[in-house]
Amino acid sequence: MSGHKATPVGGPLLTRTTGTLLAITLVGAALAIWRFAVGLGPSTGLSDGYPWGIWIAFDVVTGTALACGGYAMALLVYIFNRGKYHGLVRPALLTSALGYSVAAIGIIIDVGKPWYIWRIPVSVGKWNLDSALLEVALCVMTYVIVLWIELSPAFLEKWGEKSGLARGLGAFMDKALIWFIALGMVLPTMHQSSLGSVIMLAGPRLHGLWHTGWLPFLFLVSCIAMGYAVVVMESTLSSRAFGRVREDRMLVSLSNVIAFVLLVFVAVRLIDLVVTGKTALLFGAGGLSALFWVEMALFLVPALMLLAGRGHLGIGTMFRAALMIVFGGAMYRFDAYLVAFNPGPGWAYFPSVPEIVITLGLVAMEILVFIVLVKSFPILSGTRPAAAATK
Amino acid sequence: MDRTRRSFLKGLAIAGTSAAAAAVPVVSEASQARHAPEDAVGMLYDTTRCIGCKACVVACHEANDLPPDNRTDALHDQPQALNDRTKNIIKLYKEEGRRSYMKQQCMHCIDPACAGACMIGALQKREHGIVTWDPNRCIGCRYCQVACPYSIPKFEWESTNPRIVKCELCNHRIKDGGIPACCEVCPREAVVYGKYTELLAEAKRRQAEHPGRYVDKIYGEHDGGGTQVLYLSHVPFEKLGLPTLGEKSVPSLNRTIQHGIYKGMIAPAALYAVMGGVMLRNRKKNRDEEGGDA
Ligand code: SF4
Ligand code: SF4
Ligand code: SF4
Repeated sequence: MSGHKATPVGGPLLTRTTGTLLAITLVGAALAIWRFAVGLGPSTGLSDGYPWGIWIAFDVVTGTALACGGYAMALLVYIFNRGKYHGLVRPALLTSALGYSVAAIGIIIDVGKPWYIWRIPVSVGKWNLDSALLEVALCVMTYVIVLWIELSPAFLEKWGEKSGLARGLGAFMDKALIWFIALGMVLPTMHQSSLGSVIMLAGPRLHGLWHTGWLPFLFLVSCIAMGYAVVVMESTLSSRAFGRVREDRMLVSLSNVIAFVLLVFVAVRLIDLVVTGKTALLFGAGGLSALFWVEMALFLVPALMLLAGRGHLGIGTMFRAALMIVFGGAMYRFDAYLVAFNPGPGWAYFPSVPEIVITLGLVAMEILVFIVLVKSFPILSGTRPAAAATK
Repeated sequence: MDRTRRSFLKGLAIAGTSAAAAAVPVVSEASQARHAPEDAVGMLYDTTRCIGCKACVVACHEANDLPPDNRTDALHDQPQALNDRTKNIIKLYKEEGRRSYMKQQCMHCIDPACAGACMIGALQKREHGIVTWDPNRCIGCRYCQVACPYSIPKFEWESTNPRIVKCELCNHRIKDGGIPACCEVCPREAVVYGKYTELLAEAKRRQAEHPGRYVDKIYGEHDGGGTQVLYLSHVPFEKLGLPTLGEKSVPSLNRTIQHGIYKGMIAPAALYAVMGGVMLRNRKKNRDEEGGDA
C-alpha cells in the first residue's frame, strides 16, 4: 500500500465525550425496547395520515445520504483515479458503514413487524418488482455487509500483526477488494435513486415542487454531493479532534466536480418545473415555495463558492460550502418525505419525545463507535505523532 | 494479458450500450395502461339513493369481526373516520342547502398504488381483482399508507403485532357465494355489488335515464387509472372528498422508470462490470506509473 499509511489514533477509550455518548445511546436503546412493548401509537407521533416520521425521513432517508461519503469518495478516487488507497477513503467508508448500519437499526425500530424482515430477502418468488422500497431494502441489507467488507482491511491489518489467518485474508482482500468496491458503487447508485422513486409513488399527495419523474435522479445526484460534503467536514473535524493532517489538496481537486454536480441538481429541478408547466408554484405555494428556494440556494451558493475559489480554495470556504450542501441535501430529503407530503386535511405530525431521543441515541451510538474504532484500528491517516493521544 | 484486458474493456462497452438499448422498448411496454381483469367485481354507490342510515357501517363491522369503535363514546360504535376498526364509513357533506352522504372504503383500484408499494405482495390484486391483504407477508412498513391516493389502508397503532386494516370487498363472503355485507344490508340499494362491467353499464343507464340528476361523470371509470368501486353523485366529487387524479394510475410513472432501469438487471450488471473494469485499468496504470511499487 502506497503513500498515506493509516494508523490507529490510540489513547483511552473511555473519556468524558465517549462516556456521554454512551449514556445517550443507552437511554435511546431503553426507549427503543419500550417502543416494542407499547406499540408505535403510544410511543410516536405517527398516525394513519403521517405513517412515516423522522425515523424514516431522517434516520434512513437523510442518514444514508449523509453516509454516502464512502460512495462519493470511492467513485471519485477509484473511478476518476485520484490517488489509490487515499487517506480519505477509510474514514469515509467507516462513516458510511456506521451510517447505513444505523439506518438499518432505524428501520427495525420503525416497522410494525420487524421479526418478519428476514422474509424480504428470502421470498424471492414473492418479490414485487414494482416496489422501489423492496429494492431499497435489498440494496441496503447487502450494502451494509459490503461496506464492512470494504472496511475489513483496516481490521485485518491490525489483527494480522498477531494472526496468520488474518494476514492471509488481508492479502486476499487486497486483490479482491475492487470487486467489492465496484459493488459498493452499484448498490448506492441503485438504492439512493430508488429512495427518490419510493416517495414518487406518493403521487398526488406529494407537493408539485417536489413530485417529478426526476426524483430518482435528483436523489442520486444530491447524495453524491452530500457524501462529498460530509467527507470535507469529517476530514476537517477529525484533523482538529485527533490532530491529523488535513487532506485539503485532494478535496480541493474534487471541488469542481462537486460544483458541477450541484449545478446539475439546480438546473434539472428548475428546467423540469418549466417543462411540466409548474412555474406558478415557484412563488404561489406559500411556505412550501419558500422552502423550495432555501433548498435551491443551499445547492447554488456552495456551487458558486467552490467555483469562485478555484485554485486557491481555503479550508474555511470549503467547510462552509460543505455545511451548506449537507443542510441543503438533508432539507431536500426531509421536505420530500415529510414537509411536502400532504395526506389531506385533518392530519398533523410532530415527532414525539421518544422518537427524538431514539434518533439522538442512534446518532450518539454512531459517533461513539466511530471514535472507538479510529482509536483502535488503522483508519485515519496522516499521523502527527504525540498530539494525537491526548484528546 | 494486456490484450485480453483491452478486449475485456471493449466487451464492457458493448454490454453497457446494449443494456441501454434493451431498456428502451421496455419503457413503452411498461407504461401501457392496465385494465380490470375479466372476472372483476366491484360496487356501485349512488349518493342520490343513500339515506345515511349507516346500516352498512354496522354490517361491515360484524362481517369483518372488527371490535366496535367506541373510543370517543363508550356507549356507541361511533367511528369518526376510517381507522383500524372501521373499514367502511358514511360521511355527510353539507353546504349551502345542498347535502349528500358519502360512503368511503377501499376503491379496489385497477392499478392499485398500495399493491405497487408493498414489498413482498402482502397487498395484491387477487381473485376478481379484489385487493386483499396477507398477514404473513406484511412487514408493517406502512408504505401502502403513504402510496394510496385515497388514504384507505389503516394501521393498528396500538398493537404490538399490528395489522393493516382495509376493506377487502368481503372476499371471504364472496368465496362462499355471498355478497359484501354492506351491499346486502343497504335498504335503498344505494350501494350494490356486481360484475365490474355490469356495474359500469348500470351507472351509465341511470345517468341516461335521469338526465340532470347526476354530475356528468362516473367517478372511478377513468380516475387514477380506474377503480372497481364506482360512484354516481349529484354533487361534485371533490366535495365528497374524492381526489382529482387524472386518468393515469399513480404507480404507472414508477413502473415506467423502475422497469426501464431494472429490466433483467442488465443495467446494474453492466454498471458493475464497467466500474470493476475501470478500477482494474486504473490499478494497472497506477502500478506502471509507480514502477512496480505496491
Ligand atoms: S383505494 Fe388505496 S388501498 Fe384500495 S386498492 Fe386503491 S390504492 Fe389500494
Ligand atoms: S405495511 Fe404491510 S401491507 Fe402495507 S406496504 Fe408495508 S408490508 Fe405491504
Ligand atoms: S365490502 Fe365488506 S369490508 Fe368492504 S365496506 Fe362493504 S362490508 Fe365493509
